[in-house]
Amino acid sequence: MQKIFNLACGSFYALGAYVGVSAVAAFTAAGGPPWLFVVPLAVAGLCVGVVGVVVERGLLRFVYGRDETFQLLLTFALVLMLEDVIRIVWGTSPRSTAGLYLAYGQVRLLGATVPVYNLIVIAASLAIALAIGWLLTRTAFGRIMRATADNREMAEALGVDMGRVYVRVFTLGTALGTLGGALVIPATAAMSEMGIELIVEAFAVVVIGGLGSMRGAFVGALVVGILRAVAISVLPEIEMLLIYLIVIGVLVLRPHGLFGAVPA
Amino acid sequence: MTRLLGPGLALAAILLVPLAAPPYQTLLMLPFMAYAVILLGLNLLFGYTGLLSFGHALFIGIGAYTGAVLTSRFGLRSLEAILLVSAALGALVAAPVAALCVRYVKIYFGMLTLAFGMVFYTFVLKFYRLTGGDEGMPFLRPLLLGRDLSAMPKTEYLVGPYYYYCVAVLVIATVCMWRIVHSPFGLCLRTIRDNPLKAEALGISVPRYRWCAFVISAVYAAVGGTLLGPPTGNVDPTLAYWTHSGNIVFMTLLGGFTHFFGPLLGAFVFIYLQDFVMSVVPYWRLIFGALLAAIVIFAPGGLMGLIGPRRRERAELVSRA
Repeated sequence: MQKIFNLACGSFYALGAYVGVSAVAAFTAAGGPPWLFVVPLAVAGLCVGVVGVVVERGLLRFVYGRDETFQLLLTFALVLMLEDVIRIVWGTSPRSTAGLYLAYGQVRLLGATVPVYNLIVIAASLAIALAIGWLLTRTAFGRIMRATADNREMAEALGVDMGRVYVRVFTLGTALGTLGGALVIPATAAMSEMGIELIVEAFAVVVIGGLGSMRGAFVGALVVGILRAVAISVLPEIEMLLIYLIVIGVLVLRPHGLFGAVPA
Repeated sequence: MTRLLGPGLALAAILLVPLAAPPYQTLLMLPFMAYAVILLGLNLLFGYTGLLSFGHALFIGIGAYTGAVLTSRFGLRSLEAILLVSAALGALVAAPVAALCVRYVKIYFGMLTLAFGMVFYTFVLKFYRLTGGDEGMPFLRPLLLGRDLSAMPKTEYLVGPYYYYCVAVLVIATVCMWRIVHSPFGLCLRTIRDNPLKAEALGISVPRYRWCAFVISAVYAAVGGTLLGPPTGNVDPTLAYWTHSGNIVFMTLLGGFTHFFGPLLGAFVFIYLQDFVMSVVPYWRLIFGALLAAIVIFAPGGLMGLIGPRRRERAELVSRA
């Protein structure tokens, strides 16, 4: 949207995951009932999104006028910093929310056993996707956002305050990243490397779907998720290789992704 | 002659390091020289052609793994032969990759190179039998100019013959690159960077020149990658990981991409500063990340941009980039 390729989005995801773990731990220690643990998790995830404001105001806004490669490098600087911040605060050993993953029990669905928590996350991500779609297409803010992405100068000339739009968009993106990190954590464990590993996958998702296309990102995520699951069971050796080859194929054949608009 | 003074003094200092400095400091010079070769190539692409690659670790990995496979699987121990094979393989892999990548510029170019780099990384990681997976592969001590030095203690070998071998490779690489960027070919690359449309109008085939620059820089990265192997005696997949690509871009920017010798200075400062910071606190990434952010925002010309002459001219160059 913002025409920023944010290498640090994986790091925000990791940050959300760690804060989520800590929040749940504090919640359980304070005697909160286990069946409510998803509430502090989601709240923590959203709250960490505030770092988006700091990053945007403190760093990114200085380089909007310059070549995009400088923005890329700035987000790489963030990757380095956040990785160590996580190490300083939470240490190097993986953290997890022990035992809460199955707090909601399991159900049998189409012959497979599925933890209820997975269904909650799926429902939540669908709801978020719909909310974002509504925000982008049905609200004034969404229209301004799309106009800015299309033609920054024109939007500015029409009286849109770029600084405010950028800080909101960036914070929204960050909050979604941290929320995603927090929501995934009961199913796995938080590791300091998860950020730099995720970024390549997230990048695959976005490229396959098309940059700047929300529908595309959703489809891209489905494609990557399903392909990985299939490849793991069929040909485990080429699992990630397959994803990258598809990314390259998409970039070469359809550089704007499956759903991206081709700029004139 | 005056413009040769700085590099000449630097070369003299490099030659004297093993005699004057303790072995530990001398050993740190070895990765510096390997990275110096890599960065000469990277900067042909970034500083001179205006294309930022986030996947050059791919070619570093090719160079390092070529050396490891040749020494430990095929018994080919001559470093000259290994360097030639590395350079050839680097060019061979770069040719199709470059052909696809140079169709794009700016962020798309960076993303595509990153994707190719990660393809190679996962290949190295997953094809355990060929590459040793995440444990890596041993890089046996190579013969230098046909002389077998395997009886020598390791440190003595590295600070002695191997050190001067690296200096020789670095000097050859520097002279070649100097000739390249000051040739008509180099001028064409700069024209393409500053104004691709005008270059096209002047009859320069923009994709072909970009392709050439990419392949040359890949060859440099492969040669430098090979030189990284012997000091540690082992190569592993992190050499090909995308953050490694980021680090070498960091070095280039730290030294100053608008200057021929800037990246070399950047590699030197990066390696010694990293060593120093790590000896004080383990969190070098936090400090280096802040440093990188500061450079990007306040001094995009890097260290050379701060200390070098003709500052205003370079500032203009940066603002145009």
